[in-house]
Amino acid sequence: MNAQSFRAADVGGRAFIAQLDLQMLDRLQRSAFDYFPRHSNARTGLVADTSRPNAPASIAVVGFALSAYPVAVERGWIARDDAVQRSLTTLRFFAGSDQSGALVSTGCHGFYFHFLDVETGLRAWQSELSSIDTALLIVGMLTAAAYFNNATPGESELRRLANLLYDRVDWHWAQPENGDDAVALGWKPESGFLNYGWQGYNEALLLYALGMGSKTHPLTAASFEAWTVTYQWENLYGIDFLYAGPLFVHQFSHAWIDFRGIRDAFMREKNCDYFENSRRAVQVQRQYAIRNPRGFTGYGQDCWGLSAGDGPSVEPQTVAGRRQTFYGYAARGVPWGPDDGTINGACAVASLVFAPEIAGPALRRMVGKAGPGTDVQTGVQTDGQAGSQAARCVHASGFNDSAGANAAGDGTSGARTSWISEGESGLDQGMIVLMIENFRSGLLWRLTRGIPCLRAGLKRAGFVGGWL
Amino acid sequence: MPSFAAIPDRVQPVSPEDAERLANVRPGDWRRPKPLSVYQLVVIGAGPAGLVAARAAAALGAHVALIERHQLGGDCLNDGCIPSKSLIRTGRLLADMRDATNFGAVPPAERVFDFRAAMLRMRRITARISRTDSAMNLAREGIHVFFGTARFTSASTVDVDGMPLCFKKALIATGSRSMLPDVPGLAEAGFLTNETVFDLQVLPKSLLVIGGGPLGCELAQVFARFGSRTLISHREPLFLPLEERDAAQMVSDALARDGVEIHLNSTATKVWMEGDQRVVELVNDGNTATTRVDHILTGIGRVPAVQGLNLEAAGVAYDAANGVHVDDFLRTSNPRIFAAGDVCLQHRYTNAAEASARIVVRNALFLGRRRMSALTIPWCTYTDPEVAHVGLYVKQARQRRIPVKTFTIPMHDVDRAIADSEENGFVKIHVREGSDKILGATIVARHAGEMINSVSLAMVAGIGLRALANVVQAYPTQGAAIKQAADACVRTRLTPTLFKLARWWLLR
Repeated sequence: MNAQSFRAADVGGRAFIAQLDLQMLDRLQRSAFDYFPRHSNARTGLVADTSRPNAPASIAVVGFALSAYPVAVERGWIARDDAVQRSLTTLRFFAGSDQSGALVSTGCHGFYFHFLDVETGLRAWQSELSSIDTALLIVGMLTAAAYFNNATPGESELRRLANLLYDRVDWHWAQPENGDDAVALGWKPESGFLNYGWQGYNEALLLYALGMGSKTHPLTAASFEAWTVTYQWENLYGIDFLYAGPLFVHQFSHAWIDFRGIRDAFMREKNCDYFENSRRAVQVQRQYAIRNPRGFTGYGQDCWGLSAGDGPSVEPQTVAGRRQTFYGYAARGVPWGPDDGTINGACAVASLVFAPEIAGPALRRMVGKAGPGTDVQTGVQTDGQAGSQAARCVHASGFNDSAGANAAGDGTSGARTSWISEGESGLDQGMIVLMIENFRSGLLWRLTRGIPCLRAGLKRAGFVGGWL
Repeated sequence: MPSFAAIPDRVQPVSPEDAERLANVRPGDWRRPKPLSVYQLVVIGAGPAGLVAARAAAALGAHVALIERHQLGGDCLNDGCIPSKSLIRTGRLLADMRDATNFGAVPPAERVFDFRAAMLRMRRITARISRTDSAMNLAREGIHVFFGTARFTSASTVDVDGMPLCFKKALIATGSRSMLPDVPGLAEAGFLTNETVFDLQVLPKSLLVIGGGPLGCELAQVFARFGSRTLISHREPLFLPLEERDAAQMVSDALARDGVEIHLNSTATKVWMEGDQRVVELVNDGNTATTRVDHILTGIGRVPAVQGLNLEAAGVAYDAANGVHVDDFLRTSNPRIFAAGDVCLQHRYTNAAEASARIVVRNALFLGRRRMSALTIPWCTYTDPEVAHVGLYVKQARQRRIPVKTFTIPMHDVDRAIADSEENGFVKIHVREGSDKILGATIVARHAGEMINSVSLAMVAGIGLRALANVVQAYPTQGAAIKQAADACVRTRLTPTLFKLARWWLLR
């Protein structure tokens, strides 16, 4: 696929918008955005990881929130001042936070612990100091700074703090001595750098773009290549692409960075780019669902999307003659699994921008799906709750038509009810807001194209062409 | 200096079958041959490498002395491949019985497994295979077999328990031994290695396997299938650290399906006894947990057996970690002395050992210039599914800046695999981008070991992946997955330009 073809997909996308229910998209985007004001703490600006009671804040979700406020201002959902205040609260908190790296602190070396208590802002769940989640937080800050460019005192302070916090990150420290130049995913005060997941292809593309562009503590020149040395370029189901199993890997970095037409050494070698690659990843996901090797209910050309998210934690059941275990929260992927029949709605929504002709019908089908407790075959609500909760499964972290208990409750045969995860995940809502926005207006991409350190980082990582 | 397991003093047979095996591999009444004044080839170690070399040389007319310290056949026959594959077959049957309802069969109401019968079958098999490699058979082929400990006494002499032997050329093929984890309390508490685990008389109720390499994964799966509560502790984030990630992940998933309790990124830090049981402290990411098991099995790797040979006297360079130093022709720093197999090779497999032994015979006795690096050597981990590999890994290709593309066929796209309900796995064939030259392949499948051989054949014969598409295969077979990869390769040749040309031709 070459430059012509992705532009064609773009044009096709715009034509497709006309057919898609724009109102539905707007409703989805709006209700996803509502997650952030609803679950943010007034004192710290931190946002809960999920809507479950007592959920800690996730710094990545905070990054999505900071990026979502500009979208909400553009769409008229909140006032500009309100957005600036929320962002300032958050930035001030991080600027003044405990950076000692102690067992109970907020972070160190400019990085932050993955999960923080929403009220105190201190480390929660003994979580790791996370380089990738810090990157998601930082890019949110920089995005806010790029949007709020008025000369008012508030917006000036916002920009100053965002740049200060970006400069404070010691990206180089996260490259441990024995790690062959790659960046560690995480660090714990109890045990040092985490020993897994350092190398590509994973969602850390954004991290390298940010880290390579730092003027204060940049990643080494060799780090990006060290990360790409484990890339796997595969022809799978007849499609050539850079492989990663879960769909979110192909999407997170694209919430901010416009990868159309810009190419690093690897993509030049393959005559492709990361945007086109993400489009192909959607095609691969769909092909897997069409084949449906494990025989799950509902999978098909308009029902796909294996990614990280919640799933049922019920007892094993017989599915298609096999004994099937259910994995709860897991990073599901295609084609090697784990696959227990759980689909993640957000990644299908995020796919709109890459493959609208594939994602549109899938989205329509999901929105038309009724809520939990509905008989999968007949569509009849069997759990006594009146009315369906349309679009619940788009916002939910996962839905599964193969795991639900049947009417008799023995889980082995007969009519099944669909399972939908409780509550919502902040990451999913963030992706829904940002990716629908990129699809509709390209706002986030426009904002980040103008962020100097991202441009510099991408160039230093070897990206050329396109808007660079 | 890494420590290694001492050879157990296992000369007492545990069964009649074992007695037959011992009579073949270490006959108690063996009469030492009268040494010749000089041997064309003295072989130290009668494992796969030593046996192949001794036989090949003797068949060509050389006077050969073969020295073995312990048992003919080495690890492979007595402590490794053969015993483990025999038990793996039993494990596979038990797993199939567990899934019987899917196939329409009714499994017995109560699962009964006879450990002793399974071990007996294993001993019968090793006894049978030991017949061809028996001391008597070797002697009949004209090989002088000496049982005892070899020590070099000069650049051209070796001593066997005091008796000197002179050689024109010598081959060091002493193999390797199980590396011991450095865990306080482990030695005192007692543990199993591959050298002792096959002597178990009773199925352990619980077993901790330390080490997630091929041996650890194979045996953990076997014992879990037998019914032991099995745990596996591995230092790295993923099993089979030398394999590609997707393959290693599939093995991890398979172990989990078999009920193995998996501890990755985990180190055993302390062991002590409490009554009959061993208590082990495991540390993971700063968190400590203790577990109680009946037995511990260690499989963290192997060290070359270079101790006690007095290599210095022969001027043979070596080190404890890598073994005997050899060049690409398998010659040591003493031009009359060669090495083969585990004692000098990075890849410690029986097939590599045998192939290297053949090279040594050519190079040592017939002015050969065969190189070890010219060989294409596949290997296989015999978990279920099996993981087999040949050639380069994608990471190696990328490190060498070779543009590489992988043709991936999931087994769930292979008709026969679907019909067999053996769909967990894939065939991945790596080609140099822009050509169809096969750089390497990884296969994960129930029969990956069988399947990898056709890729190996193609590579050695110089057949590219596209050319493989012209080879008509029997259908339906699981091996046809390789042809599916070849067909995918052919299809990528159809560029838009070629397609336009073809369409113009057809519709003209």
